[in-house]
Amino acid sequence: MLTALYRLIFSIALLLPIAANASEADYFITSPPTQQATLLQGWAAQPEASRLPLLEALQQGRLPDDERKLRLNNRLRGLVDNALASHRLLSSKTDVRLAAARQLQKTAQPAQVAFLDRRFATEPDETVHAALALALANLQLVDSDPAVRLAAVRLLGETGDPLARTRLETLLDPGVETDAGVRTAAETSLAQVKRKLMLGELLGQAFSGMSLGSILLLAALGLAITFGLLGVINMAHGEMLMLGAYATYVVQIMFQRLAPDALALYPLVALPVAFFVTASVGMLLERTVIRHLYGRPLETLLATWGISLILIQAVRLCFGAQNVEVANPAWLSGGIQVLPNLVLPYNRIVIIGFALFVVVLTWLLLNKTRLGLNVRAVTQNRNMAACCGVPTGRVDMLAFGLGSGIAGLGGVALSQIGNVGPDLGQSYIIDSFLVVVLGGVGQLAGSVSAAFGLGIANKILEPQIGAVLGKILILALIILFIQKRPQGLFALKGRVID
Amino acid sequence: MRGVPLPAARPEFMLEPAFDPNRDAGSSRDAIGLGQRVIGKGLDVRHGTLLTLEDISVSFDGFKALNALNLYIGVGELRCIIGPNGAGKTTLMDVITGKTRPTEGKAWFGETLNLTQMSEVQIAQAGIGRKFQKPTVFEALSVFENLELAQKTDKSVWACLCARLSGEQKDRIDEVLETIRLVSSTHRQAGLLSHGQKQFLEIGMLLMQDPQLLLLDEPVAGMTDAETEFTAELFKSLAGKHSLMVVEHDMGFVGSIADHVTVLHQGSVLAEGSLEQVQGDDRVIEVYLGR
Amino acid sequence: MNQPLIVTAAQKAGPKTSLAVGGIVLLMLLALPLLSLLPADSSLQVSAYTLTLVGKILCYAIVALALDLVWGYAGLLSLGHGLFFALGGYAMGMYLMREAAGDGLPAFMTFLSWSELPWYWAGTQHFLWALCLVVLAPGLLALVFGFFAFRSRIKGVYFSIMTQALTFAGMLLFFRNETGFGGNNGFTNFRSILGFSITAQGTRAVLFLLTVLLLVASLYLGWRLARSKFGRVLTALRDAENRLMFCGYDPRGFKLFVWVLSAVLCGLAGALYVPQVGIINPSEMSPTNSIEAAVWVALGGRGTLIGPLLGAGLVNGMKSWFTVAFPEYWLFFLGALFIVVTLYLPKGIFGLMKKGGEQ
Repeated sequence: MLTALYRLIFSIALLLPIAANASEADYFITSPPTQQATLLQGWAAQPEASRLPLLEALQQGRLPDDERKLRLNNRLRGLVDNALASHRLLSSKTDVRLAAARQLQKTAQPAQVAFLDRRFATEPDETVHAALALALANLQLVDSDPAVRLAAVRLLGETGDPLARTRLETLLDPGVETDAGVRTAAETSLAQVKRKLMLGELLGQAFSGMSLGSILLLAALGLAITFGLLGVINMAHGEMLMLGAYATYVVQIMFQRLAPDALALYPLVALPVAFFVTASVGMLLERTVIRHLYGRPLETLLATWGISLILIQAVRLCFGAQNVEVANPAWLSGGIQVLPNLVLPYNRIVIIGFALFVVVLTWLLLNKTRLGLNVRAVTQNRNMAACCGVPTGRVDMLAFGLGSGIAGLGGVALSQIGNVGPDLGQSYIIDSFLVVVLGGVGQLAGSVSAAFGLGIANKILEPQIGAVLGKILILALIILFIQKRPQGLFALKGRVID
Repeated sequence: MRGVPLPAARPEFMLEPAFDPNRDAGSSRDAIGLGQRVIGKGLDVRHGTLLTLEDISVSFDGFKALNALNLYIGVGELRCIIGPNGAGKTTLMDVITGKTRPTEGKAWFGETLNLTQMSEVQIAQAGIGRKFQKPTVFEALSVFENLELAQKTDKSVWACLCARLSGEQKDRIDEVLETIRLVSSTHRQAGLLSHGQKQFLEIGMLLMQDPQLLLLDEPVAGMTDAETEFTAELFKSLAGKHSLMVVEHDMGFVGSIADHVTVLHQGSVLAEGSLEQVQGDDRVIEVYLGR
Repeated sequence: MNQPLIVTAAQKAGPKTSLAVGGIVLLMLLALPLLSLLPADSSLQVSAYTLTLVGKILCYAIVALALDLVWGYAGLLSLGHGLFFALGGYAMGMYLMREAAGDGLPAFMTFLSWSELPWYWAGTQHFLWALCLVVLAPGLLALVFGFFAFRSRIKGVYFSIMTQALTFAGMLLFFRNETGFGGNNGFTNFRSILGFSITAQGTRAVLFLLTVLLLVASLYLGWRLARSKFGRVLTALRDAENRLMFCGYDPRGFKLFVWVLSAVLCGLAGALYVPQVGIINPSEMSPTNSIEAAVWVALGGRGTLIGPLLGAGLVNGMKSWFTVAFPEYWLFFLGALFIVVTLYLPKGIFGLMKKGGEQ
């Protein structure tokens, strides 16, 4: 009853001053704050397209066509936001309407129910429709009439929005919702919403698993080459990732200083730069240290760990121990909204594609080129290859450079999604070794499936039992798995020569 | 030949093998009832057959390394296995010692022990010793210690923690050291021995193990003629007390020791019989010996 | 891995000299705690800082010895010994926390507003049970992990990586507040042990003596093992595992025994480390710590008994000097040490000394 009365009063109050926008603005500015609030509430309930410039100006704290600052208190600012959202719902652009509907989910007032109801009935876009349903239901859920609440609960059941789930979950509590009928309906609706959300969640988990997998793959691919093909355990491999990421940082700085207009293109330039930097570092290490340790894997492990300590500390001294900032260019930020609860960020999509691209490239390099042939020959029988005139020393160096370079490319990718700091590599090295162990030594196909398998398993376990326990469980699973297949997923069977 | 531990007076085995070389290939299972007389401790060899392999197949990703192979080795027999490269000789040894599991087929040691269900260690403890193609000894240990480790005794963790060599065991080691002519190198590190000496050390380790069946993969590779000759004598003296299965390429060596030869080709038995018989077989000549 | 196994260090490097040197070092170590009890104005007085530092290094030396048993003798390079060390330390720390808290909850639990102790804290107020845990926690973990790892014949670098992953997982687990071990901060602010104040000089001296005792006992144990047939089987296992299996030995049992023994020694060292240093936190489990222990052993000379002790002493001595004098360059130095030792000192300092002695 009370709301109805209010509505009536507002309508009458509104009818009076409507003459022109300018007069509305004048009227607003001359009114005392309490009346300003009433005005805004009225506008929110009955939006008109012509009022949009005024509200937009108000939101920025000024009047239209006027540079003077306008002081509004917090409450008024909230009301302005709400009224503006209400007006923007009239926009012809879908994304503007969607943002407005989202805003209204949080701020809508009971007085706006009628207006929202009308928009809800006519809204053509499905997403906006769902968002409006939620905004509307949010209002109706606090209605004193159980029938209205019941309708709202049913409405919520038809949306697939994560917010609807949280809203419905609170209704299950008898302390919040007194009517038993509404509670039962809430339960049914909740089940409905959960079903709808399930798809998005599953896809989301699969996607973030793919994303993690692609990163693991980029990290592990180089390792699969150095470890699998050359039998070298490179503990400094993680630091190659780190160097790649820092190379990206440096390229970004250069662009900012020298060519700010082309800044958006810096990741593309960073790719070759990172590859060459890390490949040269890798080749240098191979020439100076690792070459002397072939056939002594445990010693190689220790020596390369030493190298990694030196690299980390060197980077710390050059760039500082703090993380450096590598920003996504515009074309890598944002994402595609696929479902209400599923947004696929562009940077991750690009990285998945990039990882697969690198795999294909590596495969081609190893299987279709002279270098690849040499590498495989040296892998299988070093002495024989040397006898056939394969320059084994050079091949080792190039293969090691290739492995490191791929890690550098991985570093560029990592810089786009995570923090870049001196310890970056350390957090990936163990995971990527597990990928290599699980995938089987020297098997590209094994590495690919192990990387994605581990990535997806990680992300599926994470919400159930937490990230840490998930990691531990996965480690246990790998150990158990190796019981069955000691050579990894894709092992060549054969007579092992002792 | 001084010092070679001759089998306790059973000259009939030396002169007449416990096996009739004239029987058809693969039919030696119930060869002769001599098994009872040389019965190994605890191992049931009632029918005189120490090792029975039937229809053994091993395939590696579609490639058949062994194909429905049948092989019977009698008690106290000295059997030579020959065959071209890739015939499956080493895979055969792997199957017997449990290193490779056959895809199908039966493998019995004596009458009661199913080799396909035993681990490598169990098989070794049951009495099958193996010498690798490449001599494998414990390089960081001395010759004496190598032999000590190989000695037939309780090989559990606990036993090794409190093990002490008895006088008897020491005598046995000295005896074998003499047999393999390494007395002067007793305390040398095994890694410093020559190739031929390592071969002998490994044979010596087999002797210390005192197995009923010895599998020897190319035992005379890298040996001088004199060493080869000595090895031949040694093997002949071992036969009878032990069964031996020797894989060898050196036909001269095979001729000097073998009473019974099996020819493997593409994973199955091509021919079996005395050396002359085998050498006369047309198929063998075609695939292996050459005309 | 063809270098000869130096069965007993003393025997080959001239028994008299090395026994004499060893005796002097032992006497000095025994004298140190007594000197610390002297009044502060005495010129011979050893400060609590020095005593703690040396005690800490001795604990590390025990870890090095334990690691050497598995790496030097059995050829299993563990990069996860820090986990066993920390588990022993945490077990002791549980007792110390209970002792400090009296009848109440340990401080960090009150801070997390927990109302009761988790089940695995039961009984930790009893010193004897805590001692059992010091042995059981690392021992059982090593047993289970080793059982599966050795069953599937994981060896070489695979084993190293698995152990590193294990300690990494352990670190992540202990970093969580919910695990109930004080999360990030671990255990600290101990007050007393068996009623004696933990900061009292007498307590420190006794703890130090116990550490020396444990070190000597582990040394003796290692010496007995290395001389026994068991030790020879381990060496054989390291060099030719297949040959050993065809000799009729089951490598799993041998590996498992020495692996668990090594883990328990680490746990005991950790248990002595915590009351002396006064803190235990998850960073003890970080892979970096464990791999550092490998360089102590490599520097000193693996496959020997004295080498690891030497290595642990040298590296940690240098570490405490460097981190005061040139903190930025310590990692450079440590990294270079890793490289130099593997490239030029395959037998470690001890091997070098022995070679020098022979020439």
